[in-house]
Amino acid sequence: MTRSNHHSSMPAVVVDGLRKEFFRNDGRAGLRRRRKRVAALEGVSFEMHRGETLAILGQNGSGKSTLVRLLSTLLLDDGGSAHVFGHDVAAETRAVRRLINRVSVEASFFKKMSAVENLSYAARFYGMPIRETRERIPEILGRVGFPRKRMGEPLEDMSRGMQQKVALARALLTAPILLLLDEPTTGLDPRSKLEVQRFIREIRQIHDATILLCTHDLVEAEELADRVGILDRGRLIELAPAAELRAKYDAVTLEDAFFAATGKAFEDEPEEEDD
Amino acid sequence: MPQGAAAVLRHELIGLAGVFERNVYLVRRYLWWDVAFFVWTIANTLTIVFIGEGIEATGGDIDVERITTQLLVGAVVWAYLGVIFEILTETVAWERWEGTIEYTFMAPLSRPIHLFGMGLFAIVYGVIRAVLLFGVVALFFDLNLGQADYLAALVVLLVASISFLGIGMMTAVLPLISPEKGTQLGFMAQGILLVISGVYYPVSILPEWMQWASTISPATYALDGLRDSILDGDGLGSMGDELWPLVLIGAVSIPIGLWVFRIGEQYAKRHGKLKRSG
Repeated sequence: MTRSNHHSSMPAVVVDGLRKEFFRNDGRAGLRRRRKRVAALEGVSFEMHRGETLAILGQNGSGKSTLVRLLSTLLLDDGGSAHVFGHDVAAETRAVRRLINRVSVEASFFKKMSAVENLSYAARFYGMPIRETRERIPEILGRVGFPRKRMGEPLEDMSRGMQQKVALARALLTAPILLLLDEPTTGLDPRSKLEVQRFIREIRQIHDATILLCTHDLVEAEELADRVGILDRGRLIELAPAAELRAKYDAVTLEDAFFAATGKAFEDEPEEEDD
Repeated sequence: MPQGAAAVLRHELIGLAGVFERNVYLVRRYLWWDVAFFVWTIANTLTIVFIGEGIEATGGDIDVERITTQLLVGAVVWAYLGVIFEILTETVAWERWEGTIEYTFMAPLSRPIHLFGMGLFAIVYGVIRAVLLFGVVALFFDLNLGQADYLAALVVLLVASISFLGIGMMTAVLPLISPEKGTQLGFMAQGILLVISGVYYPVSILPEWMQWASTISPATYALDGLRDSILDGDGLGSMGDELWPLVLIGAVSIPIGLWVFRIGEQYAKRHGKLKRSG
C-alpha cells in the first residue's frame, strides 16, 4: 500500500484538547527567582481533512507558533493530544516527521552555504540519496523561480524573498503530505508575497498536500484557506469558512470579523508574547 | 534482515552521510577561518612545547627531546579533544545561531545517527588537524622520531575517540539547556578531563583523589598510549593496558552520552528551548 493510499481515509490532523504552558520569570522573592505559569494553548481542538488548507489567525503570542511546533514534534504538550494521519505527535515522532515539513517566518538556513548545499544535506535527512537529488534540487529551485545562475551563491547574499523561495523548495523537496506554514509571507515585498502565495496554491493542487497556514495576513487567509480559525490567547474561539465567519459577525471583511470575535483589532499587541 | 529494517537502516545511513556532507560544506565555506584557527593552534602549541627547551636554558637538567615530545603529544591531544568537543557542541549551538535547529530536530533522522554523524566528521576532521599540527610543530624542533609507531598512535587515538564522543554527546546537550552558557560548560569538561589525565605531566604527581579520577578518564590512556608509541615505538601488541580500558570506557560512555542527550532534548521540548532564540 502506498503512503498516499494508506493515509487517504483518515483525517490529516486531529487535535484534541491540546494544552501547553510555559514558565516565565516574574521578578524575585528574596534570592529566589519567581516563575509564573503562562498558558500558550488551552484545550485547542480541531480536525483537518486531507487536502484541506486551514488558516489560523491570531495576534503575536496567541499560540499559533506553539501549535505549529507541537505538530512539528518540537514541543511536548501538557495535556490533550495531536495526531497526524493517525500518528501521535508525542509518541510516534519518527512517523510524524516523515509526513510533515514546515516553512516559517525565518527562512532558517546555513547562510554561508548555497541553496543547493542547504537543500542537499536537508534531503539526506529525509533519506534521499545523491542520485535522487542531483537533478531534483535544480528542478525544484527552478519551479519556485530561483535563478539557476545563483544556485551556488551563499544565501546570505540573497533577499528575504529569495530565501523564502528556497525554504518552500526545501519543504517541497521532501514531498510532505502535511505542510505547516508559519507566517511564510511576513516581511516579504508584495511581489515576493504573491509568488510565494502562488506556489502555496500549486503545492496544494499538484501535490495534494494538507496545509496548516498561520498568518497575520487576513487577505491571504481568505484567499488560500478553506476554513479559518481564530486563536485568541491560546483558545481556538472560531473555526469556519471565511464567508461564514463574516456572516456570523455581520462583518464586511475578515478583519472586522476578527475584531468582533476577539474584541480587539488584529494589529493590537498583547501584553505578553508566549510563542 | 527484514525489508522494513533494511529500509530504515538505509535511510539512517543516508542521513548520517547528510550530517557529514553538511559539515564538509561548512568547512569549505569557512576555509580561511579554519586556516586562521589552525595558525592560532600552532602558536598556542608552540608556547607549550618550547617549555622543554626553556627549562634547559634556565639550568634544568632534563632530557629535552623526550620532554619536548611529551609536551607535543599532550598539546596535540588537547587540540584534538578541543575539536571533537567543539564540533559536537555545534550540534546544537551553531544550529541555534543559524536558526536551523528546528528543521534539523524535526527531520526524520534518529538522534543517535545525527550525533554519530557529527562525531564521525569530528574524528575525521580532528585527526587530519592533529596530524598536520604534530607535523608542523615537530618541524620547529630537532626531534628524533624515527622509532615512532604512527599506526599504533593512530589506532589509540581512534579508539580513544569513541569515549571522547560519548563525553562530547553529554556536553553537546548543554547549549540546549542553557543557550547562553552551555557551550562554555563544554570547554570546562574538556579542561577537567585533561588536567586529571596528565596532559603535560605524569599523573603520579597529582593529588591522590585526582590520580583516582584519572583512572576513569579516557584521555589518560590515550596520552599514555600515544606517548608509548611515539617516544618508545611501542606497537599495538603491547598496547593492551591502554586499549582495553579505552574500549571499556567507550562502551559505557556512548550509551550514557546518548541517554544524557535524550534527557536534555526532552527537557528542551518540555520547556520550549528547542528553538532559534532559546
